[in-house]
Amino acid sequence: MIRRLGLVLLVAGLAFLGYMSVKQRVTRTKGPAAATAAAPDISLIDLDGTSFNTSNFRGKVLVVNFWAAWCAPCTVEIPQFVTLQEKYRQQGLQVLGISMDDADDVLRKFYPEHKMNYPVVAGDLKSADAFGGVPGLPTTYIYARDGRLKTRIVGATDFSSLEKEVVALLQAGGR
Amino acid sequence: MKYRTRRTFTLPLCLLALVLTGALVVSGQKPQGEDELKPGSPHVMQPEELVKAIQASSGPRPVVLYVGPRVFWAQAHIKGAENMGPASRAESLEKLHTRAASLPKDSLVVIYCGCCPYDHCPNIRPAFQELQKLGLSKTRVLYLPKSFGTDWVEKGYPVEKGE
Repeated sequence: MIRRLGLVLLVAGLAFLGYMSVKQRVTRTKGPAAATAAAPDISLIDLDGTSFNTSNFRGKVLVVNFWAAWCAPCTVEIPQFVTLQEKYRQQGLQVLGISMDDADDVLRKFYPEHKMNYPVVAGDLKSADAFGGVPGLPTTYIYARDGRLKTRIVGATDFSSLEKEVVALLQAGGR
Repeated sequence: MKYRTRRTFTLPLCLLALVLTGALVVSGQKPQGEDELKPGSPHVMQPEELVKAIQASSGPRPVVLYVGPRVFWAQAHIKGAENMGPASRAESLEKLHTRAASLPKDSLVVIYCGCCPYDHCPNIRPAFQELQKLGLSKTRVLYLPKSFGTDWVEKGYPVEKGE
């Protein structure tokens, strides 16, 4: 009984340390949400060379993530965006990744390695400006189905809050 | 019986203490050069201090060197700064080396990036170490905890845009 208690204490201690180390690295900053701003209408080219327009996503809840493969806090988030895209694709969620200052070969290697299931484009000043600027990485914009900007997150994303917001926006209205 | 119980209880507790101590030691270990770039270190400069130095009408102006990606430089950069490129890349570090080697050793040099959170920036530490190697002892790193956009631009400090 006492030995078991000791084991429980040990596991709890390890879990606490793990939590503290993650908490230290992830801080969420919510920037000013310009509720009236609209998703830009901009032409982009994905890693396969396919051209598409962001207006194609109108009617969907759009999550635009500015990131880079060299940015540690960004790469930590990628599996969670992949999960989110997979979970809510049918309900109308579209994630779009815009990579900043990544070498082309790095990006092409990163994409399949991380089983990314949403379009990724190589970003530049034009795409950053089109979305209202990128204060730093990671930055994530969330748009409602009608294209209105709902939230801008600068820094690490709290995926629990993001998921709640995405679900609410998905339920808010159809195409 | 009492002794046995105490012994059984003590062992896991000792193990826990050992694990906690080890974990604290490991979590405290930082890559070389990181500790001296903690906020509060004399090598680190707060944005307000740099604004005052830039706007001062007298005294030597600091040499401000940007060591991050070009796209963020083009969005906005500190007025009067020079773009060296991301110091995590060899060609940019070489450019920084060449520029810094031309400066008097007692120059006040301020390096900054702000591409991502300060603790994770891949550029400021190699840049700082390069300038230290060159003997520029008055080198300081601008502390931008979240990003340049959040901690400089959105605070209304002086910027220029474009290449």
